[in-house]
Amino acid sequence: MDDFIDFWRRLAQLCRKELLAILKDPANRAILVVPALLQSFVFGYAATYNLTNVPYAVLDQSQGAASARLLARLDGTGVFHRVATLTAPRDIARVVDAGDALLVLQFGPDFEARLAQGQEAPLQVILDGRNSTTAGQASAHVAEIVAAYNAELRGGGMPVTAVPRVWYNPNLETRWNIMPALIAALSMMQTLMLTALSVAREREQGTFDQLLVTPYTPMEIMLGKAVPPVLIGLVQSSIILCVALFWFRIPMAGSLATLYAGLAIFTVACVGIGLSISAVSVNMQQAMLYTFVLIMPLMLLSGLATPVRNMPDPLQVATLANPLRFAIDLVQRVYLEGAGLLSLWRNLVPMFVLGAVTLPLAAWLFRHRLV
Amino acid sequence: MSAPGSGGFWRRLVSLTRKEVRQLLRDRANLMMGIALPIVLILIFGYGLSLDVKNAPVAVVLDDASPVARDVVAGLSTPGYLAPRVVGSAHEAYALMRAREVDAAVLVPADFSRRLAAGDAQVQVLLQGADASRATMIRGYVAGALASWSQKRADRGEAPRPAAGQVQVVDRMWFNAANNSTWYLVPGLIVLIMTLVGAFLTALVMAREWERGTLESLFVTPVRPVEVLLAKIIPYFCVGLIGLALCLAAAAFLFHVPMYGSLLVLLFSAMLYLLVALGIGLVISSVTRNQFLASQVALIASFLPALMLSGFMFDLRNVPTAIRVIGQILPATYFMELIKSLFLAGNNWPLIARNCAILAAYAVVLLGVARLVTRKRLD
Amino acid sequence: MSEAAVVVARDVRKRFPAERGERETVALDGISLDAPAGALTALVGPDGAGKTTLLRLVAGLMKPEGSLRVLDVDVAADPQSVQNRISYMPQRFGLYEDLSVQENLDLYADLHGVSREQRRGRYARLLEMTDLGRFTARPAGKLSGGMKQKLGLACTLVRSPELLLLDEPTVGVDPLSRRELWQIVRQLVDDERLSVIVSTTYLDEAERCARVFVLHEGRLLAQGRPEDIRRPARGLCFVAPPPPGEPARLLQARLLDDTARIIDAVPQGGEVRVIRRQAERGETAQQPGDALAWRPVEARLEDGFMVLLRESQSEAGAAAPLPALRAQAASGEAIIEVRDLVRKFGDFVAVDRTSFTVKKGEIFGLLGPNGAGKTTTFRMLCGLLPASSGVLQVAGVDLRTAPARARRSVGYVSQRFALYGNLSVMENLTFFGSAYGLHGERLRARIGEVLAQFGLEAQANAASGRLPGGYRQRLAMAVALLHQPDILFLDEPTSGADALARREFWRRITTLAADGTTVVVTTHFMEEAEYCDRIVIQDAGRLLALGTPQQVRKQAGETDARRMNMEEAFIGIVERGRKRETAEAVA
Repeated sequence: MDDFIDFWRRLAQLCRKELLAILKDPANRAILVVPALLQSFVFGYAATYNLTNVPYAVLDQSQGAASARLLARLDGTGVFHRVATLTAPRDIARVVDAGDALLVLQFGPDFEARLAQGQEAPLQVILDGRNSTTAGQASAHVAEIVAAYNAELRGGGMPVTAVPRVWYNPNLETRWNIMPALIAALSMMQTLMLTALSVAREREQGTFDQLLVTPYTPMEIMLGKAVPPVLIGLVQSSIILCVALFWFRIPMAGSLATLYAGLAIFTVACVGIGLSISAVSVNMQQAMLYTFVLIMPLMLLSGLATPVRNMPDPLQVATLANPLRFAIDLVQRVYLEGAGLLSLWRNLVPMFVLGAVTLPLAAWLFRHRLV
Repeated sequence: MSAPGSGGFWRRLVSLTRKEVRQLLRDRANLMMGIALPIVLILIFGYGLSLDVKNAPVAVVLDDASPVARDVVAGLSTPGYLAPRVVGSAHEAYALMRAREVDAAVLVPADFSRRLAAGDAQVQVLLQGADASRATMIRGYVAGALASWSQKRADRGEAPRPAAGQVQVVDRMWFNAANNSTWYLVPGLIVLIMTLVGAFLTALVMAREWERGTLESLFVTPVRPVEVLLAKIIPYFCVGLIGLALCLAAAAFLFHVPMYGSLLVLLFSAMLYLLVALGIGLVISSVTRNQFLASQVALIASFLPALMLSGFMFDLRNVPTAIRVIGQILPATYFMELIKSLFLAGNNWPLIARNCAILAAYAVVLLGVARLVTRKRLD
Repeated sequence: MSEAAVVVARDVRKRFPAERGERETVALDGISLDAPAGALTALVGPDGAGKTTLLRLVAGLMKPEGSLRVLDVDVAADPQSVQNRISYMPQRFGLYEDLSVQENLDLYADLHGVSREQRRGRYARLLEMTDLGRFTARPAGKLSGGMKQKLGLACTLVRSPELLLLDEPTVGVDPLSRRELWQIVRQLVDDERLSVIVSTTYLDEAERCARVFVLHEGRLLAQGRPEDIRRPARGLCFVAPPPPGEPARLLQARLLDDTARIIDAVPQGGEVRVIRRQAERGETAQQPGDALAWRPVEARLEDGFMVLLRESQSEAGAAAPLPALRAQAASGEAIIEVRDLVRKFGDFVAVDRTSFTVKKGEIFGLLGPNGAGKTTTFRMLCGLLPASSGVLQVAGVDLRTAPARARRSVGYVSQRFALYGNLSVMENLTFFGSAYGLHGERLRARIGEVLAQFGLEAQANAASGRLPGGYRQRLAMAVALLHQPDILFLDEPTSGADALARREFWRRITTLAADGTTVVVTTHFMEEAEYCDRIVIQDAGRLLALGTPQQVRKQAGETDARRMNMEEAFIGIVERGRKRETAEAVA
């Protein structure tokens, strides 16, 4: 029993030392808070595929009422803004190439006539494909407006209407997807950086040798180095969570307890990876470089920017070793869908395994990696 | 006693540059950053990242077993866009949605055929809010598929024709006919890699010299700060160009991204941007004089903005004004615009002239600032 | 002043602005001096005296207040023209570690504009002087510490400057390399009438200079020729033999404590060298109790320096209190045993079949040049490195494989005083105390004791990283002694410390040993071997000498007629060892 108490006491002291060493440096403190805040604001505002401002140009060779009504509908959405009214087809290239308009609507001379005769009247929509995703969204939006217009022309409903119902994100705002993902992604970045440098820095300072000479076992040292970053990582996640909840007002459907439980396991896995990098690096510079080189693929192939499902199969398999992939999925499910802890086992188990493998590995490397 | 001074400029420059090159080649970590990382990024961006919604799996629940209802499934089946499959019950559809095995579910109600005859049938489309942009696209696809299905029925005479004409949207996607997000992601990658090498790597390398104290001994020689800066710029400029060559090769041969613009213009503008990035890196390192801080600042001040705010993936016109203004200030934005145009649109001379002029101005200013803050002083 | 001075300083000051709530640092506080041309000038003083700052000002790397003219140029106004004409070797010479010796030399030759023809002759001479001819292709990062310093000096000397500035060129370097470096410098001064300003903490080096400037806390304490500096100590220096059977350090400690009558005492050659205060008429410093007579000796530079330091220090205030000295505890049984210890790194043999024992309560020293294997041996003793083969027992266990608890009887102070810089003194003590199993009331009591013992009470809440070097050393010791270990391992504990701090340090060690703690120490300061009961000399992994300092000196060839100090003995033994090795290789 005494040993047990002793163990916890020593561990508590190790953690206290680690936290003090991290937090007492004002530069460190700034780095822990400022990037998280900055990035969540910037990402939150910049990372959006929702269209709020689509500049377009019109070449209306029909000059009829029908095209005017359609254009009125377009302008009425508040999303489309006309930047140019063209008079000749060759103007189209000019305005699209220069990037002034994302799309150009071209009504042929017989547009009005064909409609009156009950025929199909084609409407050319020319899109700037230099960002094909945005262009695709714009095109979909135009199609919707045209469909509504067609309904009006028909004097009633379409024979078939699709009634959309959206699960969890009624306005289909991309920000609602990205912010929860950031809760995991940004904290992973900071956690990895912090832990990867921690052992390397102690080695350079000479305090690591001092630690190894004390009666601490490598496992205790490793735990002492692991627990504070987990706490700090959770604090980072909380900062971003607050920005999402209170600034961007993205409502959370799930329970905080589940969210934090998942985040805790995720952060432990990240810390394990970071400590292993640190144990392997000879000095701080190496640790920094290894971390950076690792962070890039981890972030890109996690589903943060693009869906994992779109990736080729070998890469999808590779992402099974990426805790961020599971964390993003977990956070999105808890935040947007209100998923319960048990239903998330597919995410929790891999992260748990990762942590369970990397932490002891780090402990072993501490002792046996001879510098 | 030899006479140092301006006569020795070339000799000193050559010697310093040679030292830099040797260090670069012998320091594995630097090489890894400069060469291996770009390769990794190219492969990830080219093969791994895709924003396209193609062959989206859709679960279809037919509560109405009539042939008309089943025909809807055929109508939804648009190759390249939607890949519907029939499932037994709504419950099954929900499970598939939750497991993310289908992107959407279409529920055809029991009274579908009856109401279709009356002219106001409805189907429910369930969309996954967890991926909003995908859902938006699919919503559009489904609506479009149903509309053309109705049209075809009218054409075949199975349904009454509408009284008035109908507008038919004909899409033409300029510059990216294949509607392939890789076509714009890969050129954008070039900007990222230039930024990485120019700003991040250089900032790190220069800050390391300050930290290690090698500059102290160097300063008490006839060497001038300009020479020290130039000697750092030249090798990393070349590394950046190597990264550029790798990207271009990959774009052409691996991903078949077309290149309609002039290669020479591309090279010229890339070199300008590289100088800009190098200037940023040198300023950061001379001011921070500390590797860790330099890397953090370089990431936050150059790489992250290049990724998020330069128009790479997110259209700047749709972000709040404050953010858009920041984007307009970034040199990366101008290079990004130029590169995408050169690849996908060809030579637009006004655009080229304007953006190159802006990049050149940035290069001059930043390199000038770098020269100002790099002094042979330790205090 | 015979010729024009190369450096003329008038009321030079340098302040560093306050950083984050600290006070402003005054590095130099009104220095006025003239450094003569064509001669060796020494700047001596403890760490933090301002030597490096002064040299950097002369080199034009910082801007001074006051007037500073170098080679008759106002260096503040036109640093570049000064930098064109001088050479400067900073304390940590920035060698490019990935570049080879030859490439480093070429780089500096190019930067200084040395022509190809000049280079050939110059290189040959430099490589010969530094004995680096065989290593021209080796990357600079793979050289030993002494070789790196020599290469740094060579790079600085690729051309003959008008003025050469050397900032502590021999710190941390083994005595052999130190001698070689000085030979090089002296040769250049003699051959080329080079003007050289050297800053150093080794006072025996300053003896060989034409002019000496003593700096202390940013001010000039004394200046003149070496004999001028020696003068204050003339007639006050004696050698006192200790009572038979008693180690010299005990007498030294007693004398050091007697501050009323004694200025300084240090063990030397088995006896104690004493500087006593100016005596009143008829009074002598020698106590009736001292069995044997004191012999007067010539004053050295170090003696003059100690007199000056003590005077200025007594103005500044008392040093930390020293522990009371009790009688030497009986020692006898072996507490550390090393038999046929071997450590290999791949093909390289770092430690080659070394055997020795350390008895309980003795002070045991490991001496050797850089790369000798003493640090590796030390690390194996502490359990930081596994042995390739051999037997290693500390307090009855092998620390590498023993359970963690066994390490509770061991204390360790590393060369860099491994402390958590961001944490305060109290926090460091609390952490390390709990690491060794202390907690609660006992921990608090012990912390209070060591704070008092080491005079750290005033700094209890100061961040340890911002303490001056002397205080950090005390804190490192305090940390190691919190848990009252049986064995104390000290790795180069006094490197970089000034003479006063070293005296104080060894005074504490003496008390510890007297109380029964076993102390194992490595050091570069050869005279510190005199404090040890027994020493070991290693070179290239082999054990060359083992015994008391007296036995080792005899082994090196000391006779009553020709007495040696430890440094000479060391050099003699190592050179003999290397000659034997080459003879064996040939045979």
